[in-house]
Amino acid sequence: MNTVAVSEEETHDEHQDHGLSDVGYIKIALLLAVLTAVEVATYFWDFGVLEVPSLLILMVVKFQIVVSYFMHLKFDSKVFTYIFVTGVILAMVVFAAMGTSMVFWQNPSGCDLSAYC
Amino acid sequence: MAITEERPEILELESGDTSTSTGAFARPTNASGWRAWVFTVDHKKIGIMYGAVAMFWFLWGGVEALLIRAQLFTPDGTVLTAEQYNQIFTMHGTTMVFLVIMPLAAAFANYIVPLQIGARDVAFPRMNALGLWIFVFAGIFLNLSWFLGGGPDGGWFAYAPNTGVTYSPGAGMDFYALGLQIAGIASLVGAINLIVTVLNMRAPGMTLLRMPVFTWMIFVVQLLLLFALPVITVALILLSFDRTFDANFFNVAMGADPLLWQHLFWIFGHPEVYILILPSFGIVSETLPVFSRKPLFGYSVIVISGAAIGFMGWGVWAHHMFVSGLGPVGVAAFSATTMFIAVPTGVKILNWIATMWGGNLKFTVPMMFSISLVSMFTIGGLSGVMHSVAPADTQQTDTYFIVAHFHYVLFGGALMGLFAGMYYWWPKAFGYKLNESLGKWHFWILLVGFNMTFGPMHIVGLQGMARRHSRYGPEDGFDFWNAVVTIGAFVILIGMIVFAVNIVRTWLGYKAGTVPQEPADPWDGRTIEWAIPCPTPEHNFDYVPVITDVDDFWHKKYQPDENGKLRKVADGNEIAQKGDQNPHLPSPSYWPIVLASALPLIALGLIYNLWISGIGLLLLLGAMYGWSLEPATDPDAGHGDHADEHGPDDDDSPGDEASEITEEAPVV
Amino acid sequence: MSETTHDSDAQIAYGRTEWDDYHHLPTNTGLTNEKVTMWAFLGSDCLLFGALISTYLLLRNRVGPSTTGPTAADLFDIPFTSVSSFVLLMSSLTMVLAVTSIQRAEMERCKLWLLTTAGLGSIFIAGQVYEFTSFYREGLGFTTNISSSAFFTLTGFHGVHVSLGIVMLVTMWALVSGGQLGPERAETIEIIGLYWHFVDIVWIVIFAVVYLIP
Repeated sequence: MNTVAVSEEETHDEHQDHGLSDVGYIKIALLLAVLTAVEVATYFWDFGVLEVPSLLILMVVKFQIVVSYFMHLKFDSKVFTYIFVTGVILAMVVFAAMGTSMVFWQNPSGCDLSAYC
Repeated sequence: MAITEERPEILELESGDTSTSTGAFARPTNASGWRAWVFTVDHKKIGIMYGAVAMFWFLWGGVEALLIRAQLFTPDGTVLTAEQYNQIFTMHGTTMVFLVIMPLAAAFANYIVPLQIGARDVAFPRMNALGLWIFVFAGIFLNLSWFLGGGPDGGWFAYAPNTGVTYSPGAGMDFYALGLQIAGIASLVGAINLIVTVLNMRAPGMTLLRMPVFTWMIFVVQLLLLFALPVITVALILLSFDRTFDANFFNVAMGADPLLWQHLFWIFGHPEVYILILPSFGIVSETLPVFSRKPLFGYSVIVISGAAIGFMGWGVWAHHMFVSGLGPVGVAAFSATTMFIAVPTGVKILNWIATMWGGNLKFTVPMMFSISLVSMFTIGGLSGVMHSVAPADTQQTDTYFIVAHFHYVLFGGALMGLFAGMYYWWPKAFGYKLNESLGKWHFWILLVGFNMTFGPMHIVGLQGMARRHSRYGPEDGFDFWNAVVTIGAFVILIGMIVFAVNIVRTWLGYKAGTVPQEPADPWDGRTIEWAIPCPTPEHNFDYVPVITDVDDFWHKKYQPDENGKLRKVADGNEIAQKGDQNPHLPSPSYWPIVLASALPLIALGLIYNLWISGIGLLLLLGAMYGWSLEPATDPDAGHGDHADEHGPDDDDSPGDEASEITEEAPVV
Repeated sequence: MSETTHDSDAQIAYGRTEWDDYHHLPTNTGLTNEKVTMWAFLGSDCLLFGALISTYLLLRNRVGPSTTGPTAADLFDIPFTSVSSFVLLMSSLTMVLAVTSIQRAEMERCKLWLLTTAGLGSIFIAGQVYEFTSFYREGLGFTTNISSSAFFTLTGFHGVHVSLGIVMLVTMWALVSGGQLGPERAETIEIIGLYWHFVDIVWIVIFAVVYLIP
């Protein structure tokens, strides 16, 4: 995340708009490209047990970067963050509960779980 | 960088001349007559229309209820066939939930919220009109099914795969799925609009914790709608795709899990329950303090518990599914969360009782309806807590005990509160009070009829009478209580006739001059909507009110003297604004109703012939184009002294986000 | 101001104030109504895609007695989808550049970046059309089995979102070219950009959860 920190410093003087400079955004995009490349690499090489967690972590990091920098949430009013994060968290918690319920809990007759996953 | 923004811009009130504009077509004029209503963007007219349309559907939903009760009056009823019975009870539930209680709440939200926060209108007046007209067309579309092969017949929660083509071959369920989809768009448009209004357009000094409780509850409801509607949107899309395009989401032969629909529906459906009840909670939180002549006990606790109910409402949905094979872990978890959600609700009930405690109670009609909400809802709430106990619920599911429970919370709770609101705000909307003695007749007949109808359902439910069955046998022993229930339903009808008579008589009396015009503050109210004349002038407030307190208007009237005792320092009617200013207002527009009319066409096409959808789509695109070319305010119509500060390009073009085409969003 | 108070207004509880009327009243949050609207809509859309993605995950491997055909995951062409994902990701960069250039009043650049973004989006859509047709040729139509219905619905809805975004971007380009949308309304482009980035993050999730996680 060094790239990010550096580009932030660069911009503070020249921009009253609380955003990054164009160069800063290009650096962010490069970082995103690298992360995507790592994601795709999991398809070509075997990461073993690390594969799923590393994909999820990469996904969250990419999500976070786009939301905070490209969508300006890091620099913008907290009101936007509250509205959006409420939606994201509600979606995650509610659908995680629904999925858990349907995959693990809803198994009264002990039937084959593999049908679900 | 504080970006400030133009309030909805404005047009000379002096009627008549609104000429053509820079839009592609001529604009409607401000002239009187039906045009003044159909093309209006005024939140007050829109609110009144929401209410009127909802009352029409209430009549129709009531007729459906009476048909159900006529069928069940005696064992082996022959009024309806089983197929007709399925359609009638499905549409009774769907109508009452989506076409009556939600729009009635929307009526109050539209009318009252801008007045309570001291705004001139909502954030996006045209989007507001769009929401109304989409709702109107959704109701018409849903009920078109009666004339096109029969209504939906799968229950209001439409469990798939029972609602798939195999078991419901008629077009009824298509009308249900698409009609609710359209109604959902209406609610989403309205929800976003009101959220922005409450966040952005409060009068100076009105912090969030100085907002009236009604506005607070509406705000919570709109947030619930915002996040809950997409879930039913997806569920209905899956069902529509299954029925229309042969998808396999609920095709059990392909390995579908029927619980998917139930989860998706109830993830929406349980927040929906709070969407239905919280507006009424807000209304009684306004009326009880006014008629107890005491401040609301624990304002912040009421607000926080309302928000808590809204939040916790997301974690209890599976209690509707205890007998569906959810598994012991799921049942236990959702049982526990359901018990917890009774806590904030109980907190509210206790706060209302504490508000009345020691108060100088005035038993006006709105007060009586409010008290009946507190008591009747408590009965319904207690039977709700019984359902959270999963073993007991297993016994009660799908019996009339459940029917009794949700009618106690929705009729005894939501509707009683909405009636309280009608009597309470009637003078603000129309300038005169409804007749008090007829109102008391209405109240008592309704209360007796209500308890006669839904009280005995607890008994037959526990005796094992199943809901959604078109008949019971003479050997079942349900005849006595069912006869009582049916008589009770007709008593409710009498109560509603009294209400209708009341509305017509006071209206005629007002026109004849025998019913007096009310002053600004007829109830000695506490919130700022009473600081402007009755009926509300078209521009709401003459001047921007500046707020310094919770119940700000009340503090303008009563202040402590040197001994700390409260003294009346001013009369509300005298210090109210005069309504004599003549400011600019947002311009009316054709586009909301044109755009809305495209949606039922598209939906009809999906059922019958895709060419009709094509026509609807063209209409939709044309309306969006017309909408975005038309400035929200008519630039030709008097900008007054602000004309030189703002060119036409600065004009607001709200509502574009509604159609997801944001090209006209303004920046100042 | 107090000197403007009319005599008749003297007893009014809410008389004339420094905000004499609603004209120049700032919003309470200091944010424009339009931007709050877009964020609220995006918050709502999270639940829409949440429901669609979880539907796909729950249904993707389910089989019943009459299930035939491959699952969607059997046919994924990961290298191909990686390229189109990358294209969509880079369109977010060009979108951001369009916003910063209109904020600096560089209209020509803004037009260029808007068109580039719309073009990258179109490449993504073209890739999706190719993917759908090749799936169909390999025997996986919308109605083939439960996983195909779920897959086409999920990715189709995302595709509709991207297409709407392209329409908006082209409209913006036309407005900027015609001079109807100048730097003073840069926020309009920013709001469209929010929508575009949202569509991108949804794809980030779909790409990881649907395509890459086996």
